[in-house]
Amino acid sequence: MDFFVQLFTDPVAFWNSHTLLIAQIGINSIVASSMFIVLYSGQLSLAAPGFMAIGAYTSVLMDLYWHTPLALNIATGVLLAGVMGVLVGLPVLRLRGVFLAIATIGFIEALRLGVILNLPITGEGLGLKTIDSDPLNGIYLVLVCLAVVLFLVWRLTKGRLGAAWAAIRQDELAALSQGIHVARYKMIAFVLSAILAGFAGALEAHLQTFVDPGDQQYGVTRAVQVLSFAVLGGSGNFVGPVVGALVVTSLPWIFVQALNYINIVTGLFLIAVIVFRPQGIVGRGGLAIIRPWWWPRRNVRASSPG
Amino acid sequence: MDQQILNAIFIGSIYALFAVGYTLVFGVLDILNLAHSAVFMLGAAVTYSLVVNHGQAFWIACIVGIAVSAVMGLIIEYVCLRPLRRRKAPPIAALISTIGLALIIVAVIEQGQTGSLFSWLWVDGANSVAFPSGTFPNPTWHVGDLTLEAAKVAIIPISIVLMAVLGYVIRYTQVGRGLRAVAENPRAARLMGLDVDRMIALTLVISSALGGLAGILFGAALGDISPYIGRDNVEVRGLAVIVLGGMGSVPGAVVGGYLLGVIEVLALVALGSSARGGVAFAALFLMLVLRPQGLFGAQLRERI
Repeated sequence: MDFFVQLFTDPVAFWNSHTLLIAQIGINSIVASSMFIVLYSGQLSLAAPGFMAIGAYTSVLMDLYWHTPLALNIATGVLLAGVMGVLVGLPVLRLRGVFLAIATIGFIEALRLGVILNLPITGEGLGLKTIDSDPLNGIYLVLVCLAVVLFLVWRLTKGRLGAAWAAIRQDELAALSQGIHVARYKMIAFVLSAILAGFAGALEAHLQTFVDPGDQQYGVTRAVQVLSFAVLGGSGNFVGPVVGALVVTSLPWIFVQALNYINIVTGLFLIAVIVFRPQGIVGRGGLAIIRPWWWPRRNVRASSPG
Repeated sequence: MDQQILNAIFIGSIYALFAVGYTLVFGVLDILNLAHSAVFMLGAAVTYSLVVNHGQAFWIACIVGIAVSAVMGLIIEYVCLRPLRRRKAPPIAALISTIGLALIIVAVIEQGQTGSLFSWLWVDGANSVAFPSGTFPNPTWHVGDLTLEAAKVAIIPISIVLMAVLGYVIRYTQVGRGLRAVAENPRAARLMGLDVDRMIALTLVISSALGGLAGILFGAALGDISPYIGRDNVEVRGLAVIVLGGMGSVPGAVVGGYLLGVIEVLALVALGSSARGGVAFAALFLMLVLRPQGLFGAQLRERI
């Protein structure tokens, strides 16, 4: 419980001693937002770690070989992830539900095991080390990026796009009959999520100063972790996945005494939340969950698309 | 090359046995049971532990290992699936709860070291171990330039007989008729007086027992038992197998299992060992994109 004691009694020391954790939470929140966009449009895509890998490797390789500025590296990584999003999205977006999930798992593992681990330029199984980056400088960058991403996602879901996605999620056929171009809006959601994942991957690579092609990083394990952010937090509202990322990422630090048994704790936690609160920790109401009783209630029916 | 094809059939049998249980649960429940690969590992780990740490005979250990796997199937149903059905949660919720259980099972084995909480179950931590030689008779024959190990050869008839029995049960018995009815339409099955919850529990027990047995055979024949054999060998390959054969189709899973074994061995011969992993996933991806119903999806009228 030292974690919470320090958080509330001495926030400055907490900030200084948990910098890497906070930065990792920021990164994971961006990936969770990427997952949120696809789930919000009704598609169970697990492709995020694949696009993260593309963003990370592109950005770090440019840094290593061409010494281009960081912003350009990350931008190129994001762009490539977006292009890959279009290429992968074209064939797989015809699939629905768990079939889409399996196809995207096929994509990320074929990319990791088939391409990344076999190309000499990616360092194969050894991974890549970045030359110049300072994680302690990076944390502010990460948090600013997170704020921008969250604002964009919030505006998108409240606008025309968000309404179309919600309609497609609830009933694809009905959305089609309302004149919504279902294929186009699904593709937009998939590519946006690829772009966000590529961005998070590039940031993470520079923050950790190392690109590791392991399963925990760009494989099924990571995909499952990202899915758990969104499902645990609740995918009806953009706040949910961020809360999920916050909780799941800090679990090992909260239960630091039981570090050996952390996966048992995480597993029990996943089952407990999903069984007792299937809509997620936040649920559909978003920030309304922390609304004090005296705060005026908004007209939920008019504003919530979900 | 002949040796390689033989290996393809060995490993294909294990894939098929594993995937039959996987696909059975999907066929009946429309849910991917992601704890299945953890049950695969648990079956092997329990059997190994009984033989080496508790000094039991191999065949007793096998029976206990399969029984523990079957009980784990019941736990999956009662802890991860039934509460979600009661609350009408979306199918994606079952993905998360079964993953949670898989995490717990793997972590329990992984933490089993001398002096730890789970040392009665497993003492080798995250290490990979093998049955000591002499645990079971394992003569080796040489036919032409082929090497035949009894442990590997035995897998083929065991899995074929079991899958044939399962096929017979599903097709021709009262229980099988019930299973098919639940797979077709749970509501109608309930209206016809079937105990749907009991059928689902039975599905999980059959599926997990087969998964555990596949794990034991894998551990015995390949000499590799560790907390990660499920995750590394069959978790996603199992998905590839059931996609190749058509999701929810038991005969499809059998054919898919052998097919994946052959594809992997061909990739090994043609492209080298590093390409082996990627090929399964590329096949999975292509299959879903080109023919999402699987090889036989359209021809099989009934589910499971």
